[in-house]
Amino acid sequence: MVGLSTHSGTSSPLLEARGISKVYVMGEVEVHALRTVDFTLFEQEAVVILGASGSGKSTLLNILGGLDRPSSGTLHFRTEELSGVTDADLTQYRREHVGFVFQMYNLIPSLTARENVALVCEISKDPMTAEHALDLVGLADRLDHFPAQLSGGEQQRVAIARAVAKRPELLLCDEPTGALDAETGKLVLEVLDHVNRETRTTTAIITHNAAIAGIGDRVIRMSSGEISDTSVNETRVGLDEVQW
Amino acid sequence: MRTLDRKMLRELWRQRTQMLSIALVVATAVTTLVAMRGTYEALERGRSAYYSDFRLAHIWASVSRAPESTREALLDIPGVAAVEPRVQGFASLDLPWSDAPGQGLFVSLPERRALVNDVYVREGSVPDPLARDEVLVGELFFEANDLALGDTLVAVLGGVRRQLTIVGTGIGPDHSYVVPPGTLYPDDERYGVFWLPHKEMAASFQQDGSFNEVALRLAPGASVVPIIDAVDDVLEPYGGTGAYGREDQLSFKVLQDELNQNRTMGIVFPAVFLGVAAFLLHMVLGRLISTQRSEIGALKAVGYTDSEIGRHFLGYSVVAVAVGTALGSVAGLASGGAMVDLYATYFRFPELEYRLSARLVFIGGSVTFVAALLGGSAAVRAATTLAPAEAMRPAPPDRFARGWIERLAIVSRLSNQARFVVRNLERKPLRAAASTLGIAASVAILVVGMFMFDGVERMMSVQFQWTQREDVTVSFIEERSSAVVTSLGALPGVRRAETVRLLPVRIRSGHREVETALTGLDPNGRLRRIVDGQGREHAVPPEGVLLSSILASRLRVGAGDAVFVEDLTGHRRTARLRVRGVVDDLMGSTAYADAETVRRVSRTDTRSTLALLETETTDNEALTREVLDMPSVASVSSPSRMVENFRQQLDDSLLVAVTFLVGFASVISVAVIYNGTRIALSERGRELASLRVLGFTRSEVATLLFGEQAILTLLAIPLGWLLGHGLAALVTTAMASETYRIPLVVSSRTYTVSAGTTLVASLASAWLVRRRLDRLDLITVLKTRE
Repeated sequence: MVGLSTHSGTSSPLLEARGISKVYVMGEVEVHALRTVDFTLFEQEAVVILGASGSGKSTLLNILGGLDRPSSGTLHFRTEELSGVTDADLTQYRREHVGFVFQMYNLIPSLTARENVALVCEISKDPMTAEHALDLVGLADRLDHFPAQLSGGEQQRVAIARAVAKRPELLLCDEPTGALDAETGKLVLEVLDHVNRETRTTTAIITHNAAIAGIGDRVIRMSSGEISDTSVNETRVGLDEVQW
Repeated sequence: MRTLDRKMLRELWRQRTQMLSIALVVATAVTTLVAMRGTYEALERGRSAYYSDFRLAHIWASVSRAPESTREALLDIPGVAAVEPRVQGFASLDLPWSDAPGQGLFVSLPERRALVNDVYVREGSVPDPLARDEVLVGELFFEANDLALGDTLVAVLGGVRRQLTIVGTGIGPDHSYVVPPGTLYPDDERYGVFWLPHKEMAASFQQDGSFNEVALRLAPGASVVPIIDAVDDVLEPYGGTGAYGREDQLSFKVLQDELNQNRTMGIVFPAVFLGVAAFLLHMVLGRLISTQRSEIGALKAVGYTDSEIGRHFLGYSVVAVAVGTALGSVAGLASGGAMVDLYATYFRFPELEYRLSARLVFIGGSVTFVAALLGGSAAVRAATTLAPAEAMRPAPPDRFARGWIERLAIVSRLSNQARFVVRNLERKPLRAAASTLGIAASVAILVVGMFMFDGVERMMSVQFQWTQREDVTVSFIEERSSAVVTSLGALPGVRRAETVRLLPVRIRSGHREVETALTGLDPNGRLRRIVDGQGREHAVPPEGVLLSSILASRLRVGAGDAVFVEDLTGHRRTARLRVRGVVDDLMGSTAYADAETVRRVSRTDTRSTLALLETETTDNEALTREVLDMPSVASVSSPSRMVENFRQQLDDSLLVAVTFLVGFASVISVAVIYNGTRIALSERGRELASLRVLGFTRSEVATLLFGEQAILTLLAIPLGWLLGHGLAALVTTAMASETYRIPLVVSSRTYTVSAGTTLVASLASAWLVRRRLDRLDLITVLKTRE
């Protein structure tokens, strides 16, 4: 078993953030969630963003994914400028280019696994079938189950199928294993690894779990709204070696 | 089907109780609109078709005896298009199927179709012009007595007993509402309208070559008032008692008043219901959507646009409104049909048919839809403006602080549980206010609907117990001398006899004028009093007049002003009288005066139009028969019988109305309370489950959840009473007519039923939610959110 596969070296930047900061105003207090962060995500690479709770990693991911906008700084997706565009443009960006996996899965409880995936296929230009996407995550036999009838790990795999079904260029995962036990978490990471290899999608995984850091091509460490360290994994750790 | 639509259908089904309660609110609004406004439109349609097809007169006039040639003189008046002279008279009836005697107004039929006030024949045919014993019977009398064509009845026509065979049934446009003279309420079993060939009528009432009543139709655009004056001039030598237009013709006036009231109700009630429905839809759909906050976030995150999400949630409104409108149309069709049938027992038209109006359904549907749209879109907007990442997280904990309520001394001494409830209410004051207002609306609807019966009951008491205190009312065809009264007083079984004189007059003040009867009362009389809506008695003024307030306001006069009173009988003298006071009476539009004042105005000796008898027993059938056989007696009636007829009718319609209103109000209360509690449960389920985990019992947790609704309900009841009282005041003002004014009386029964219904509805809602609360799965609830 290998880690998330490497597509190193020759890749060009997919997403470039320059001087990104994010300030939330809460009452009379300003909270600096991000302080002038520079960050580049290259085509086809897998990055792990590591940080403690409150380090700003989720804020960064949300901004990269067009779920939120920076207070200052610029963001480019390939050549497209993303900072300062309208809500509608951001929606279009998410719709066409980004797949999300959230810690809490955020499936629609009233839709079956197949329907949760179909929901996204219906608004995509060149989606795979919902069945294919679910097959990819090993849930071909759970198509017609509702979220409440699935285990946490299964729900997260549906969420992954939903994220990849549109064949996104960018897959953003916010603590995908945060709500899962170690065994299930590994299974979900395996699925992400499998999907990444099959679809060659640029992937960013957020985690507070340092044990996972080894599975990416690069590891970005964050604390207090800043990138404190960037390292390249010369050899990635196999999933079977991950301990937590 | 798109997946998003499937999501909607599935969630609609899962929340079917909530959606149904919303749809039912829409349905009540649409039902009232379609039924009440539709009834008004049916009546208006039936009436105007009837009046134009059967050529209702514009002007009527009675005379003692005018030669046929007078007709030409009337036709020569500019603006008069058609003249139809008639002979009419009263006759007592022997009804073989009944012990009680009947009375009839007999009207002549010309040999051709009448040019004015043509009779509509429903069954059979008109009598052969040459036949001596054939009669056309008014439809209401015919049906009330369960008669058949070919049946016979005996009438005393001009003193001669005649057996008449019924050859047909019909209605006249000026007799679509039929009441015995001197009364206000129909008595179809004993009083009706009958038509005989002109020749027969002329022979029976000694009117050969002459007539005693005439009806005129005017050319389009002709002005009524100058023509009335001209008609009066032509008829004066023949004993004319003053021509009058449609607004003074009883059947027209009563129908007009009824239609005006019906129109008012057809606006007020649907408006209240539509308003309440709009408000509820706004509130409930808004809350439902805000519970989907995180799903909206997820949809946005995966790339759905705001407008796609907006359209999706709009679907909830569309379905709720569509289902409600469909239910409301069906219920409206049924109740509109029933209401029109009820009217048909009082008012007769050739065609009276309720039709479901697509226009009304559309109006009802679109008003509620727009309300749903506004409510829904506000919530969707609130959810979509949040950044998706934030929307997906559970709403941040509300910031609590000790509010002003909590600082009140009494609250600080409450238990923790009570403080929890108060704090939750205080945290969302707008929502609490909205819920209170919604519940109050259901209380108010009951108050408005039911006060009307309280008012009508008061009105009947004032009129038939306090004002008219006689046991038997005798009305004369023409004024009689006091000798007649003496002879009536001497009849066996009569304890006391008094008289009332009704002198037809025209009262003027400046350029305003009103035709009415100057009512001459005996100042020492005990049987007829002047009583206002509050039950206060007013003394007969020794000189001058006391005016009904509705009459005073038409003339724009008050106490101390002078008015000119023109006697419309005899020599048409005008007297100047001072207004001594204004009385807020409830029925009719009357000028009261001392009998002596009336005598001075008419410059005649003392005469009477009505005799009031106090009798020893309540069984007055023999007396009635005896009095009816006396010459010049037009009718004999009894206030107690009228009240009895009325009460019966009132009780029946009260039951129907209360059933409907209780249903409607319950729908509204349940919609507010059930939805409010369900949403509170979904918002606070975690919190409540945590408390259960900490060891709180189910009942304790339920108290926390329901305490809020209980406080709101208890606040809403007095507020609803207040609102209802205000609306009732509006309705009484809008419905006041010259025929009657319903006083603003709200009984304790109304207050009790309105509060009781709301309490029961809130308990039922609590019970429905309680079952759900008891099934709260502690583990799952705690796991659902991070």
